[in-house]
Amino acid sequence: MSNPAQPALAVDNVGLQIGGARILEGVGFSVPRGEMVGVIGPNGAGKTTLFNLISGVLRPMAGTIAINGQDVTQLPVHRRAKAGLGRTFQTSSLFPGLTVLENVRLAAQARIGRSLSVLRFPGASDAATRAAKENVDEVGLGAKSSAAAGDLSHGDKRKVEIAMLLAADPALILLDEPMAGVASGDVPALSAIIRRMHRDRGCTVMMVEHHMDVVLGLVDRVAVMHHGSLLAIDTPEAVMADPTVQSAYLGEPV
Amino acid sequence: MSTVILLLVTGLGLGALYFLVASGLSLIYGLMGVLNFAHGSFLTVGAFAGWEVARRTGADSWFSFLVSILIGAAVGALFAAFTELVLIRRLYERHIEQVLITVGLSLATVALFEGIWGTDPVFIDGPAWFSQTTNLLGAQIPNDRFISIIAAALVLLGMVLFLKRTRYGMIIRAGVENRSMVTALGIDVRKAFTLVFTIGGAAAGLGGVLASHYFGYVSPLLGGSLLIFAFIVTVIGGLGSLTGAAVASVAVALLQQFANFYLFGTGDFVVVIALALVLLFRPSGLLGRKS
Repeated sequence: MSNPAQPALAVDNVGLQIGGARILEGVGFSVPRGEMVGVIGPNGAGKTTLFNLISGVLRPMAGTIAINGQDVTQLPVHRRAKAGLGRTFQTSSLFPGLTVLENVRLAAQARIGRSLSVLRFPGASDAATRAAKENVDEVGLGAKSSAAAGDLSHGDKRKVEIAMLLAADPALILLDEPMAGVASGDVPALSAIIRRMHRDRGCTVMMVEHHMDVVLGLVDRVAVMHHGSLLAIDTPEAVMADPTVQSAYLGEPV
Repeated sequence: MSTVILLLVTGLGLGALYFLVASGLSLIYGLMGVLNFAHGSFLTVGAFAGWEVARRTGADSWFSFLVSILIGAAVGALFAAFTELVLIRRLYERHIEQVLITVGLSLATVALFEGIWGTDPVFIDGPAWFSQTTNLLGAQIPNDRFISIIAAALVLLGMVLFLKRTRYGMIIRAGVENRSMVTALGIDVRKAFTLVFTIGGAAAGLGGVLASHYFGYVSPLLGGSLLIFAFIVTVIGGLGSLTGAAVASVAVALLQQFANFYLFGTGDFVVVIALALVLLFRPSGLLGRKS
């Protein structure tokens, strides 16, 4: 399962149709460990669908998906998470009524709490809470740890999501538009947190993002989606120079 | 004055019964999006189980009452867990089918109960103290009201502590708010589904035993008649909110009692008007989240 020769993610010839409409077709690529890949493409290109297929929210009608060499194509979402996958959602990955610390603690508890005892009261001193506190401090939200997550600014909400990923400590992370709705002044700090997480943990990251400058500055490779297909996956320079990409993607309004 | 006190305490007692049904309904809907029309059957089966135990152990003793409460809650919990595991589990996200199967189950169980215990109400006895009254500020209050109120308050306290202070409670609260993220964290939320059904079934079963003392009888239709008001309470309180269910239970029951006494028996009508007003002006309920 953790054979280092296996890629962190291998997507092979994956396709999906919904009600006769072709949503994704023939998408195949693999991501070696420790790489950061940006996914770009116009709205409706299938970026979030691809994430939903990888994380198990949707099942493909064709093709296979493997995480660290383990075929997860038929596994439900929570089993894929246990296989080392973590993700955020485009709209919200938070529990707005829970405090910042409770949000992060839940992620830590999912990783640590193998022997869940129903009536065990989570005191301030148990391992999951301690880990959660560290992760909350790490993203700079220590002072807001008992605020309700729903009351935070967009930028802080995204930081809580990152802290939850740190607590869950997945080997493969899918970020669906981590900068969406974030005030432009907060973008550099947030991309610094993402870069640090990627560098310090050595995790593999895939990120859908519309801020091109953010994507091009962070990632090792860029995957370009268009009408449900993968047009290209290559270094940012090579992708931007690719004439097919230029006509298909950059020629269309984003 | 004594009339107002009597109406207040009787209303609180009825509100306690509504809460025992509505708490489970609200949690189940909040976590799973399932409108459980079979919830009244959990109550009825608890009531019959409690009565069967009580009459075999000497119906008028406190011991048999306590045993009947425990058995009623346990049978309600088992029946609810069985319903979730066997019927509902296959149908998550399929809301039409859920409605069909829970409505079908409620009809089938009423027919089953009629087959076993007959269609006539079975009149029951409790400890002698229940049929006596206590003088409270000049009003003569039937004692069984106090038992319902105390039991519902304990259930509310227990549920709040469970939700706030335990790991599974936190998973349930998180699941009510964002179910897909709970699974994305690697938590098998289906365990929480079964747990919530079981807790809701236990509360309903307990409510069944208490309701049979409150009304003085058990009948196959006991659950269904309380379920209607429990649904109203759940909608007024805000689907998914336990506190909302508690507040709305008391409000609806008091409104009903006072309207029945002062407005010529129009309690049910006034409650439906209140429901319509809440749906018009505050569709997510008193304490529900904005959708």
